[in-house]
Amino acid sequence: MSNGTMNLTLKVWRQNNATERGRFETYNAQNISPDMSFLEMIDVVNEHLIQEGKDPIAFDHDCREGICGMCSMYINGRPHGPKQGVTTCQLHMRSFKNGDTIVVEPWRSAAFPVIKDLAVNRSSFDRIMSAGGFISVNTGNAKDANTILIPKDDADLAFDAAACIGCGACVAACKNASAMLFVSAKVSQLALLPQGQVERQARVLNMVKQMDAEGFGNCTNTGACEAECPKGISIENIARMNREYLKASMD
Amino acid sequence: MAQYKSLFSGSVGQKFTMGLTGLFLILFLIVHVSLNSLIFLNDGGASFNAGAHFMSHNPLIRVLEIGLFAGLIIHIVQALRLTLKNKKARPLDYAVNGGKFNSTWYSRSMGILGSLLLLFLIIHLANFWLPTKQALIKNTEHNTYTNLKQVFEKGYIVALYLLGVASLFYHLLHGFQSAFQTLGLNHKRYTPLIRKAGFGFSVLVCALFAAMPIALHFNILD
Ligand code: FES
Repeated sequence: MSNGTMNLTLKVWRQNNATERGRFETYNAQNISPDMSFLEMIDVVNEHLIQEGKDPIAFDHDCREGICGMCSMYINGRPHGPKQGVTTCQLHMRSFKNGDTIVVEPWRSAAFPVIKDLAVNRSSFDRIMSAGGFISVNTGNAKDANTILIPKDDADLAFDAAACIGCGACVAACKNASAMLFVSAKVSQLALLPQGQVERQARVLNMVKQMDAEGFGNCTNTGACEAECPKGISIENIARMNREYLKASMD
Repeated sequence: MAQYKSLFSGSVGQKFTMGLTGLFLILFLIVHVSLNSLIFLNDGGASFNAGAHFMSHNPLIRVLEIGLFAGLIIHIVQALRLTLKNKKARPLDYAVNGGKFNSTWYSRSMGILGSLLLLFLIIHLANFWLPTKQALIKNTEHNTYTNLKQVFEKGYIVALYLLGVASLFYHLLHGFQSAFQTLGLNHKRYTPLIRKAGFGFSVLVCALFAAMPIALHFNILD
């Protein structure tokens, strides 16, 4: 270690496509600044791989500031790594110690097939959204935003649910690879607001149906999703979704 | 249009079934443990035997007994179906899994705990339920209290029962509050109370269950 940088051993999952069997490859990440993000550290490793004429590690990323939900690495047994409330792109290398071995895996779920290495296909989430994660709006001039009154408590709860960035860490963390935290956040966000009332009942039934069709597992209330969610989405939302589902089924 | 079918099918519907049958089985535990506690009246098993006689002869109880077995079987079958689906949802497991950082071990082990409970239950039914039924068929008198004392003479049986009770404790510890969450009863104010009640319930019920074989084995009562 020189001037405060760190040297790490990485065990990274490499897989060429959804059907090929994957394997772990070991890499040395040298002279890593503790101020780098985890993704920047992988960038450095990739630069070396490219210089050596090797295939760089494929991974998803976009905003690199914790808002798009694209980054998706399962680091040392936890989605988005050891820190709470952050995405992989917000995880700093100072969360690790010089000499550490870090195991990096993709989200593992039948509904998230591997595209390549650490990048997984999360379009199952998009299909769940198309099944009901929308509202009807009138065409014509936009109305003044404040004409619809919303109780503060409801607005707060809806806002909390809307913080979900759809990264899939909940699925990754869940021992059953269940998507209920994600789906319940979307159902809750719209069910709590007056704008979401038109499709309220159809929404929950259709989104749950699509979730099941995609092959996600079933929630057993371990709470792992809530603990690992980078946006702190609460499993209260799952209870709300269950209530919504119960009401919609009986109506 | 009513979609009653969706109430019991699909992931959420199947969870409802788990929660409802779970709560039903919890109600049964209350009855069972209350009856057991009669031995602590220390009247040589007289009250306990009276209770046991009522439970085995009352026609209403015998109908409820069928419901109880049905609830148990549904709980088990549904759990198996869900477990298989969950296994399929993650065909390849993680090499490193940090479950201990985000959840309790027993919440992740409900299947194993449930299986241990089932094994225990089979032994338990063979020990007590079967002799009662046999006596009923043969129309002979059956002294359940004597039966108890005989069974719990053996130390390894007592150990087995304590293991069964331990499995029950952790199964309940997660299952009690989990059932409420599944049925949509999650509330800022009440959920902490439900969790506390679940903990208290699990401790109390299991302590009473455990006390019985211990008391009888070591002749603490008479
Ligand atoms: S890259 Fe956008 S949240 Fe991490």
